Amino acid sequence: MQERRVLNEAQINQGLLGFVLKTPGWFWVAALVLATVVAGMLTSIVVMIVFGLGPTGLNRPVFWGFMIVNFVFWVGISHAGVMISSILRLCQAEWRRPVTRAAEVLTVFSLATAASFPLIHMGRMWRFYWVFPFDFDRMIWPNVRSPLIWDPSAIFTYLTGASLFVYMALLPDLGILRDRTTGWRHTFYSILSLGWRGNPRQFKLQFLLGVLLSGLILPVFVSVHSIVSWDFAVSLVPAWHATVFAPYFVIGAVHSGVSAVVTMMAILRWAFKWEDFIRPEHFDALGRLLIAVATTWLYFFMLDVWFGIFGGESRELSVMEQRIFEWPWGLMFLIILTLGYIVPVSAWLFRAVRRNIGLMFVLSILVNVSMWMERLWLIVPGLQNKERLPFNWNLYIPSALEIMLVIGSFTLVMLGLLIFSKLFPLIPVWEQKEGQLLREEIQIGRRRVPAIIRE
Amino acid sequence: MAEERKWGMVVDIDRCTGCQACVIACQTENNILMSSEDIVQQKRAMVWIRIERYWEGEYPNIKARFIPVLCQHCENAPCEPVCPVYATYHNNEGLNVQVYNRCVGTRYCANNCPYHARVFNYWERHTAAPHMQVYPADARAAEPMNEYLNPDVTVRTKGLMEKCTFCLQRIRRVSRQATVEGRAIADGEVQPACVQSCPTGALVFGDLRDARSQVSKLAGDQRAYHLLEDLGTRPAVTYLKKVDPNARATSPSH
Repeated sequence: MQERRVLNEAQINQGLLGFVLKTPGWFWVAALVLATVVAGMLTSIVVMIVFGLGPTGLNRPVFWGFMIVNFVFWVGISHAGVMISSILRLCQAEWRRPVTRAAEVLTVFSLATAASFPLIHMGRMWRFYWVFPFDFDRMIWPNVRSPLIWDPSAIFTYLTGASLFVYMALLPDLGILRDRTTGWRHTFYSILSLGWRGNPRQFKLQFLLGVLLSGLILPVFVSVHSIVSWDFAVSLVPAWHATVFAPYFVIGAVHSGVSAVVTMMAILRWAFKWEDFIRPEHFDALGRLLIAVATTWLYFFMLDVWFGIFGGESRELSVMEQRIFEWPWGLMFLIILTLGYIVPVSAWLFRAVRRNIGLMFVLSILVNVSMWMERLWLIVPGLQNKERLPFNWNLYIPSALEIMLVIGSFTLVMLGLLIFSKLFPLIPVWEQKEGQLLREEIQIGRRRVPAIIRE
Repeated sequence: MAEERKWGMVVDIDRCTGCQACVIACQTENNILMSSEDIVQQKRAMVWIRIERYWEGEYPNIKARFIPVLCQHCENAPCEPVCPVYATYHNNEGLNVQVYNRCVGTRYCANNCPYHARVFNYWERHTAAPHMQVYPADARAAEPMNEYLNPDVTVRTKGLMEKCTFCLQRIRRVSRQATVEGRAIADGEVQPACVQSCPTGALVFGDLRDARSQVSKLAGDQRAYHLLEDLGTRPAVTYLKKVDPNARATSPSH
């Protein structure tokens, strides 16, 4: 507990608000590079609007490909924010403080990116709003039996909740920024801060709102990826209609999401020189959390394979055989197991690894590579139709356009985070100060101990 | 609304020679995009009925087996509940219909169709790629292709799902005529393009509710079976096939 430096308020302000108040040169370079790639992604979308889905690699049996895989992946990443913020807030885990906002913002941007993917993968994406019950004149309601109606409902609920969550936690910081800026920025922050004065009543209300939102968003958190999994589980496609999909997807989402938070924390620490705020102990704590999450994920991963075998249905077995023994799925199976579980978890067992930020960074990226692959491995083999009317058996080879969309989605999230971090502090200033206060001393029974003992 | 009719088809595989006449007839009747070589190689051939060919036995005793597969118009259709915008639903004549205007192209129905009867318009009919201009489907095209479209059937745009309709336009034409003349539709009066073109009479179409119709009688034949019956989709298309006593049971090798 002694590894932190005690910082006074001015130092905290300086450290956390420095990037917001002064723009270093690399910001423009990074923003320009990311924006260029995002422009490439937008161009691909325009190509798809103009020419139809012809330029993709999709074909007759394989109607869903990289875009849906990417959608599931990003919804997965978006589970990090609530996992970190709301669960850890309710558990009063003190080490969450520097991590919360970054994780929540990652949730918002990855979820928005995820939500765009089912839309752009549609044949007529300009009519996406037909999934909402809006058109009373037509008297045609959306088909509520379709998982594709449950999906947008769940995602937009989650997006709304997560955005409120970010905003709620941002209010005190907006007040600080309002008081430290002039000109148009002052106006901007004044409007956003909703008249925040920082008096005890406001803090009390804000605290209550935080607890309430945490509690309310938890069911949504579990339901979102369950519903995404039902896109597959409800269908007739062999190896998709597994009842285990909902919890399997949720835990997979938490696995990839928390790993993404580790990646992001390492980047923030290097980019913004936040060594005083994001410390090895945080990586240590996340590493321990990840061991539990990854092991649960492995359990469901094996359970899914086991259910396929246990059913003894020939089509199911055929898809499983394809997935585990045939090129390229067999190789992917090995990569998923190795990079998603065996390598990282055996490394995380060592305290020295958990506290080595470079290693944590690499391991968390490996986890997400394997998790992306896992979604591909889950979604595509069943669609290739080797087992039902094998005359239609066909492979799926993604086109350059789809690869561009996937790369674009990563840069889109990064660009969003970069712009957000320019406008708002990515580590909550007030939470940091609150943590500092709490850390000092509290009374437990007859003893006075550092409050951080709650860790 | 009580169902008056339930349209159905019988496919006699023992009579099918794999001549593909039904495929061509269907394409012309329904304004299906004529798939160029490129499109076929992209595995996006636009066919509402296809002849699946399977080889049986080992060389020299090898036999080609043909199965014409079209939309099965399942009573319990897997494609229907998954469409978010009701672009596909069951009408009161037992047809599984596709409403092109409503379709937004999620392609969930096609994933969920175990028969792979649904085809998706990946390309725009004639604006997408140069190779699509081989068959421009508009009035500006050169003779005689300017008259190649059937005026009774809409032309589908890119991003739409389409599939066999049992030649709905022909059903409508006959039923209107029958209504005008104040009579019932006679058995065999409605003939989808594939049925009409089949030289061996392997395809029979009619009303399954009418116990005296040819299609009902054939559907009760002891050779009758349904494709992928175990999925419980209850298709309206019945296949007839005599089990070959000389056929060797071979396990498919992976």
